[in-house]
Amino acid sequence: MSGVALLEVSNIVVRFGGVTAVGGVSFAVDDQQICGLIGPNGAGKTTLFNCISGIYQPNEGDIRFRGEMVTGQPRHRMIGLGIGRTFQNLALFRSLSVRDNVLAGAHHLGRAGFIACGLHLPWVGREAARLDAEAQRLMAMLDLTAVAEVPVASLPFGTQKRVEMARALIGQPRLLLLDEPAAGLNHGEVDELAGLLRRVREGFNLSILLVEHHMNLVMNVSDKVVALDFGRKIADGTPHDVRNDPDVIAAYLGEAPHERAA
Amino acid sequence: MSTSQQPIGGTLGTEVVPVAPGVNLLRAAIILLAFAMAAAVPIAFASSYQLFQLTLAGTYAIAILGLNIVTGFNGQISLGHGAFYAVGAYTTAILMTHFDMPYWETLPIAAVVCGVLGFGVGFPALRLGGLYLALTTFSLAVAVPQILKYRGVEDWTGGVQGTFLVKPDAPEFTGLNNDQYLYLFVLTLAALLFLMMANLLHSRIGRAMRSIRDHPTAAEAMGMDIARIKTRTFALSAGITGLAGALSAIAVEYVAPDSFNVELSINLFVGMVVGGVGSIVGPIFGGLFIVFLPNVAESVSRAAPGVIYGVILIFFLYLLPQGFAGFPRRIAALFRKRRQD
Ligand SMILES: Nc1ncnc2c1ncn2[C@@H]1O[C@H](COP(=O)(O)OP(=O)(O)OP(=O)(O)O)[C@@H](O)[C@H]1O
Ligand SMILES: [Mg+2]
Repeated sequence: MSGVALLEVSNIVVRFGGVTAVGGVSFAVDDQQICGLIGPNGAGKTTLFNCISGIYQPNEGDIRFRGEMVTGQPRHRMIGLGIGRTFQNLALFRSLSVRDNVLAGAHHLGRAGFIACGLHLPWVGREAARLDAEAQRLMAMLDLTAVAEVPVASLPFGTQKRVEMARALIGQPRLLLLDEPAAGLNHGEVDELAGLLRRVREGFNLSILLVEHHMNLVMNVSDKVVALDFGRKIADGTPHDVRNDPDVIAAYLGEAPHERAA
Repeated sequence: MSTSQQPIGGTLGTEVVPVAPGVNLLRAAIILLAFAMAAAVPIAFASSYQLFQLTLAGTYAIAILGLNIVTGFNGQISLGHGAFYAVGAYTTAILMTHFDMPYWETLPIAAVVCGVLGFGVGFPALRLGGLYLALTTFSLAVAVPQILKYRGVEDWTGGVQGTFLVKPDAPEFTGLNNDQYLYLFVLTLAALLFLMMANLLHSRIGRAMRSIRDHPTAAEAMGMDIARIKTRTFALSAGITGLAGALSAIAVEYVAPDSFNVELSINLFVGMVVGGVGSIVGPIFGGLFIVFLPNVAESVSRAAPGVIYGVILIFFLYLLPQGFAGFPRRIAALFRKRRQD
């Protein structure tokens, strides 16, 4: 598999009725890379994100992950392939405890079915204990141990975001998709998040695709940045290059990029 | 000022299930003691009619346990579980009368027949989502009594007249009479089923059911195959309710189409809500409620027991919006409020 990127997005087109939300975007994410995906409002970031996580099927183009086709696969297959995610607006299991939320993220790692679970066969207990130990470890890492048994809905926003992160990490993804993880966090929390993302990349041996408006965070943690505007890729390179790209500057100043001025 | 009281609809399947399935010795002792009491006290003191009523309450409790898996834990509404109860009862009746099968051999067959039926109904209806399942199951509950009366199957079902069964004899070594034995049999089976359900609900499968109920999109991203889990949950639920119906046929010694009309399905639903939606022990209270509340209503007013029934039900749901199972929590909340005032 040498030479093949972890994630390869090729010529993705997504149309909603007459609107072309994404108009032919290609890029790649390598192993253990943090890739930022930026662009002004309505640029098509979330739409592209949803294609990679299997929520939308693109009208054209394909997405490969470790050489395997992602497009057309059912959503519940994604984490099994190695693609994990968090949600832009929290999507936790409200009535479950923090521990159960985290354990839900390990669902695809378990094997026990209805009958084995109902009979509580010995191996079911061992499997559950193994995953529970893993949940314990992640809760400790994300400072959630004290609230492990608390129903998640009663916790503050920032804590809930950490629960989502733990829930995503326990599934052992090779690629973690994060849609605006910094939204709603205060200054200090954003700094913590930057540290966490770096630690996670090292500690869990994974790549991160980071959709984010918070420019400082993106430029600070990303190895590479892809910029979108009006559904097209306008820049792709190191944070330094993308930040100084005239098209990107123009897009953020609200002008049409000069290439497209026709 | 605001209390934690929720509207009745809002409590549907929102109860938090206590964690820690770990073998808690004290808890095990309490459960064993409760079981011993539930077995010994009626056998020692209850009349044969009271034993019959308790046996029936046991079958309803099992039926509601089945319904509660679907509604309480997976968030789907079924208004027609009486249909599975009926099919279970008739499966046992037919196997016992036409095939001379011993009663206990018919039970797993009734459960499997209803499980397969549940799978067949749930497979398309659950994919449509929302209220389709409620309507599909409701139609089933309306249709089943009429199908049972149908001339073409009269030879098997006994048509409008129904079919009589023979109550099983108590094995001699038990030293019990037939009513006592059947009560103990149903109670033991119920205890085992409740235990298995508690295991299931504390496992990865139970967690998946609740995750799907709380947030389907996130559940999918966690690798949960929604259609598959929902359909299997529904099939399991139908199978358990069918098993309950089979037991009821044995206890009543008789099956007839009119015992299984829509009212039965509604009763099961009421029993579930009264016991506590999404509670593991709630169905026990629900089963007792279904059997004994009509008696209470009748003793208050011969003329209009239905009105009394309704009033008691509403009053009850007002006092205990989370059902019987929420009673201890409600008391605790009241005490806390006292202290604050
Ligand atoms: N479900 C939809 N139906 C119709 N149009 C849509 C839909 N989703 C997105 N769009 C349109 O597609 C374009 C891209 O939207 P998208 O949400 O992907 O942008 P974004 O880059 O995530 O923006 P933001 O930064 O505001 O989150 C927008 O013009 C939007 O109006
Ligand atoms: Mg967006």
